[in-house]
Amino acid sequence: MSESNMVQRYTPNERGNHWIVAVCFVLAACSGLALFHPSFYFLSAVLGGGPWSRILHPFVGVLMFAFFFVIMARFWNLNRINDADRKWMQRVRDVIMNRDEGLPEVGKYNAAQKYLFWTIVVCLWLMLATGLVMWRPYLAEQFPIWLIRISVLVHALAAFVLITGIIVHIYSAIWVKGSLQAMVRGTVTANWAKAHHRAWYREVTGK
Amino acid sequence: MSALDITARSATTTPSPGVRQTAEIAKLIDESKCIGCKACQVACMNWNDLRDEIGTNVGVYDNPNDLTSNSWTVMRFFEVETEPNHLEWLIRKDGCMHCDDPGCLTACPAPGAIVKYSNGIVDFVSENCIGCGYCVAGCPFDVPRISKKDNKAYKCTLCSDRVAVGQAPACAKACPTGAIGFGTKTDMKGYAEKRVGELKERGFKDAGVYDPQGVGGTHVMYVLKHADKPELEGLPRNPEVSPMVSFWKGVTKPIAAAVMGLAVFGGFLHYVTVGPKEVDEADKDRSDSEKEAV
Repeated sequence: MSESNMVQRYTPNERGNHWIVAVCFVLAACSGLALFHPSFYFLSAVLGGGPWSRILHPFVGVLMFAFFFVIMARFWNLNRINDADRKWMQRVRDVIMNRDEGLPEVGKYNAAQKYLFWTIVVCLWLMLATGLVMWRPYLAEQFPIWLIRISVLVHALAAFVLITGIIVHIYSAIWVKGSLQAMVRGTVTANWAKAHHRAWYREVTGK
Repeated sequence: MSALDITARSATTTPSPGVRQTAEIAKLIDESKCIGCKACQVACMNWNDLRDEIGTNVGVYDNPNDLTSNSWTVMRFFEVETEPNHLEWLIRKDGCMHCDDPGCLTACPAPGAIVKYSNGIVDFVSENCIGCGYCVAGCPFDVPRISKKDNKAYKCTLCSDRVAVGQAPACAKACPTGAIGFGTKTDMKGYAEKRVGELKERGFKDAGVYDPQGVGGTHVMYVLKHADKPELEGLPRNPEVSPMVSFWKGVTKPIAAAVMGLAVFGGFLHYVTVGPKEVDEADKDRSDSEKEAV
């Protein structure tokens, strides 16, 4: 595989940014799941036990949001949903069954990736807002109990949606061979780009 | 009270020990006998070795002004007009109600940080407390307080250490007018009904017992002169574990946990049945027309 066969998909800055968010997500998810249901309480060990999970979780969460905010700003326009995306979504069953022939051309992101992006955006904003309301010992005392009750519920629901979304995100990187390299080394093969993101390939190579 | 007597334990999904039977106990606070002397507050501090910071006078008798991590019981004073031109001074000893269905225990995510004993006492096991404050959100009576010193939750223990050796709680022992009774819940209910009858004879036609069923009944009960209007004294009329909390802690979470697990397993199944999407890298000239033609 020669260098010329490779197409740049993510810059070093984008990769670093993504992986900071990813590490924060794993730490926040483990410590959060520990409090989510007793069956996950063993995961509190990841951050050093129950009290340390309670102490560190909000800081990790805010750090994740801060770095995700940059990703959000970077990729906002690339994730606008258009007509081609709606057509693509109608054939999502074929995509799942690996029957990719004749799918509408895809830009840098396909419709499922875009919907995931917006899911993460909504969930993280919700989790930031509700997380600040329930943050002890710093902020929770400023808020009425009814608001804290709504917040813990919304925080848990948003976390569930986010974690399920990220499970799909991680599996997609395992499923679609050649994707992981884009986020690790920054490049994909020309054939990968042609197969999965033809419109984007044409745009970056002019071919 | 030993580990054998724990009938409910926070963040625990298997049954607690249940072979041993003990009588349910209760504290009965008879508002009509209370003179507001605060001996109960002093006894509570004394027995539990608590010293709150000296606060400031806020213009009412309440001192301290609210429950804190160091003040587990507080006398609250209410000046109310129950009828026009009829001023009444109501005094209520506030503190943990020791609910039979404790919202704090339901909300707590730390295994074993909150336990309920078979005699009805709800106790915080501080070594397991992680300081998240969910008990505060779960309590229908706004009782638990998080200490600024150690970030752990505190509240009245119903003197579980005294009760364990057959003693009445310190507040009940200290009360000079007998306004705080302590005994089995059955006895206390019987005595409360008697007191309600006496109050009705004295003209308090709405006197009654406060043992709210929305939280399964409580192990701290009140005889109220105006039981039809508990909110006169800052008590919720129908306290219950907030639907928000029961939804958050109820069926939602096991289902959500299962869905997340299934999502992971679903991915694995998809990989071994449908398989990965691979691009043939040997195909040097993946034609541009190939896609468009189909």
